[in-house]
Amino acid sequence: MVDIPYDAIAGVPPAEVPDVELYHPRSWWTRYVFSQDAKVIAVQYALTASAIGLVALVLSWMMRLQLGFPGTFSFIDPNQYLQFITMHGMIMVIYLLTALFLGGFGNYLIPLMVGARDMVFPYVNMLSYWVYLLAVLVLASTFFVPGGPTGAGWTLYPPQAILSGTPGQDWGIILMMASLILFIIGFTMGGLNYVVTTLQARARGMTLMRLPLTVWGIFTATVMALLAFPALFVASVMMLFDRALGTSFFMPSLVEMGTLSKYGGGSPLLFQHLFWFFGHPEVYIVALPAFGIVSDLISTHARKNIFGYRMMVWAIVAIGALSFVVWAHHMYVSGMYPYFGFFFATTTLIIAIPTAIKVYNWVLTLWRGDIHLTVPMLFALAFIITFVNGGLTGLFLGNVVVDVPLSDTMFVVAHFHMVMGVAPILVVLGAIYHWYPKVTGRMLNDPLGKFHFWVTFLGAYMIFFPMHYLGLLGVPRRYYELGEAAFIPPSAHSLNAFISVVALTVGFAQMVFLFNLAWSLFKGKLAGGNPWRATTLEWQTPETPPGHGNWGKDLPVVYRWAYDYSVPGAKEDFIPQNQPPATPSARGALP
Amino acid sequence: MYVALLLLLVAIGSVLFHLWSPWWWTPIATNWRYIDDTINITFWITGFVFVAVIAFMAYCVFRFHHKEGRRAAYNPENKRLEWWLSVGTGIGVAAMLAPGLVVWHQFVTVPPDATEVEVMGQQWQWSFRLPGKDGRLGTTDVRNISSDNPMGLNRDDPHGQDDVVIDNGDLHLQVGKPVKVLLRSVDVLHDFYVPEFRAKMDMVPGMVTYFWIKPIRTGTFDVLCAELCGAAHFQMRARVIVDEESEYHAWLEQQKTFAELSGRSAVTRATYKSGGE
Repeated sequence: MVDIPYDAIAGVPPAEVPDVELYHPRSWWTRYVFSQDAKVIAVQYALTASAIGLVALVLSWMMRLQLGFPGTFSFIDPNQYLQFITMHGMIMVIYLLTALFLGGFGNYLIPLMVGARDMVFPYVNMLSYWVYLLAVLVLASTFFVPGGPTGAGWTLYPPQAILSGTPGQDWGIILMMASLILFIIGFTMGGLNYVVTTLQARARGMTLMRLPLTVWGIFTATVMALLAFPALFVASVMMLFDRALGTSFFMPSLVEMGTLSKYGGGSPLLFQHLFWFFGHPEVYIVALPAFGIVSDLISTHARKNIFGYRMMVWAIVAIGALSFVVWAHHMYVSGMYPYFGFFFATTTLIIAIPTAIKVYNWVLTLWRGDIHLTVPMLFALAFIITFVNGGLTGLFLGNVVVDVPLSDTMFVVAHFHMVMGVAPILVVLGAIYHWYPKVTGRMLNDPLGKFHFWVTFLGAYMIFFPMHYLGLLGVPRRYYELGEAAFIPPSAHSLNAFISVVALTVGFAQMVFLFNLAWSLFKGKLAGGNPWRATTLEWQTPETPPGHGNWGKDLPVVYRWAYDYSVPGAKEDFIPQNQPPATPSARGALP
Repeated sequence: MYVALLLLLVAIGSVLFHLWSPWWWTPIATNWRYIDDTINITFWITGFVFVAVIAFMAYCVFRFHHKEGRRAAYNPENKRLEWWLSVGTGIGVAAMLAPGLVVWHQFVTVPPDATEVEVMGQQWQWSFRLPGKDGRLGTTDVRNISSDNPMGLNRDDPHGQDDVVIDNGDLHLQVGKPVKVLLRSVDVLHDFYVPEFRAKMDMVPGMVTYFWIKPIRTGTFDVLCAELCGAAHFQMRARVIVDEESEYHAWLEQQKTFAELSGRSAVTRATYKSGGE
């Protein structure tokens, strides 16, 4: 640590790390392609994630066409159906949501919100993106290899994931695991950056308890991801060995298509434990950034400080910690030792308490606010509804005995789409409407935004809310077609058709959004530096979009928390974090 | 204004859908009514919270949406309120968890008078095995599997000779008699799933898993596979028929034992009969 003389700024302790000379790009290539600027890397991450996310969207249309109108589309066979669901799930959870929240929003917002010039390891940060891109390309290539992508389900459970009864057993599964390994390597390089930047590169005065909740959410999620992804990493390596080298980590003696296989002695449940030790924290790796972002959206657009900031921070940390001791609630009917059910049901339901506190504090922030129903605010409100809905159905599935009839049914599909599909994506969309003006300098079109919002929110709700009842009825998931079963009435097929029609509609509504993104880039209303009149540092940059190094000559100094909205006696209804107190203390020598 | 109304409509619509939709669980056929009861308790508690949170939110949007000259209140926190809400949530959670754990204890505690039935899954069909007159299932190993021994029974195990082997047929159970269903797979994960039974459990190669049920009504029920097991997962079907005692025994008489199927019929058939009479 370098000594920095205390230069008598009132009440603000000296920075722990001095301002260092930034690297400087020398050519178009190093400025826009092999860039080390976190803002450019953020946009690269976001565009790549969105591109592969569009593939996942199209895959979901294929699935819905098959489920809604079985037998109508001859180009979807049972193998392809399984490949579609597998790739859809894997892309959405890992390559879209994880990459977008941490690589996209994390890269853009962490340095700006904590008042840093850039990430602390810019070169590693650049590598992180290029390894991520490689992982995406390897994943996409599986669509073109012999046998196609793997159809093992996104959980990739062995033994079936690597046996011949499953599509994509040839190259699909090998490349899938190679891609996951690459993704984790790339993520680790980015993740270390996000953690170290948050801890070490904060501006003077930016104490941890003055951080915006967005940063708390992304920071905690990144710490969790750094601890959880290694479990997936080793599981992928071990299964790759099982498939390619003939080891038997996860493979007991078994019969493959009528003949005794060469495997023996391994444990399929071991994979499930490793997978879910990653997989459950992964839910919160996606959820915590969404929690953080939505807190800031609500506070800014309700012109009111977030209610119970300290409790919100502790809730984020508590959820992050607890989420490492609940993983086996995905395995209640896996055949693991049944008495584990008591422990995991208890820990799982305990997590509901800090989660509920967050929900209460969001709605209590609205109470006596000055609610501007902007597009970001609408998305935030819709997030609360879908998250509460999905969180509450989690109390069904987490309560071990209730999970028994519901597991592996459409109830599960409806639950996790509501809670970690729809809810976080609503936040992503709200966040894009909120920060697009900072990234591009122009506002997104408002009427198009409102249209996009209502179709997306109401549509997504109409897709997934009724789907729970199919699961309650007993309709199993991952079924190419339901076929004849006495317990499935004809009305269930009609409901499936209805869901498919709505799903296609919501999918096409996203095209309006894409159009808005492109159109507003050139024709959008000029935003100015702080169009939402927000307090956090990213809105106080000297230039919009922020230039290289973010802050011009001097780094900002922070004097207050991130939520000074509608402070009694203040002239404006917001006070930026870097605005000094009105009456500086005696030692104040402010420029 | 219309925003508050639409938010409220989402909550009301959800409740109405819950009450009036034709899609609800299938009529139960086993003793696990307790599971249904626990789901009902969970529906009541979560439904209340859902409506309360959204109604409050809709009210806030209605009451505090931006108007010229409105200014938000400034109240960073309220420790008392936050603690009360946490405690209230804790009570609600406990009210769902406690009955859940009690029922789970019943679920994992097999009654001593339960008879054993084995279900074996393989891509993509079901086989069943019942203990013979000796009341014990013989040992198995995947290495023994062959065309005349599809379930891989150990030929040297005396307990296995009288086991009733049902390859590719329907399983019959007797109403009112608790059964411990032993589950086994020879290739990949499967899951023996009968919606009317409520109970289900994965079948894992290399392990024997189980659940227990007591059928409470007669009928014919579809068996589905609930754990993705490859390309024909959706076609892996069978039927379970719950019979009255007399019908059950009539059916059992017609089934073949392992010894009969594997060609040692003459000798063992005699032993089987004499053991029974």
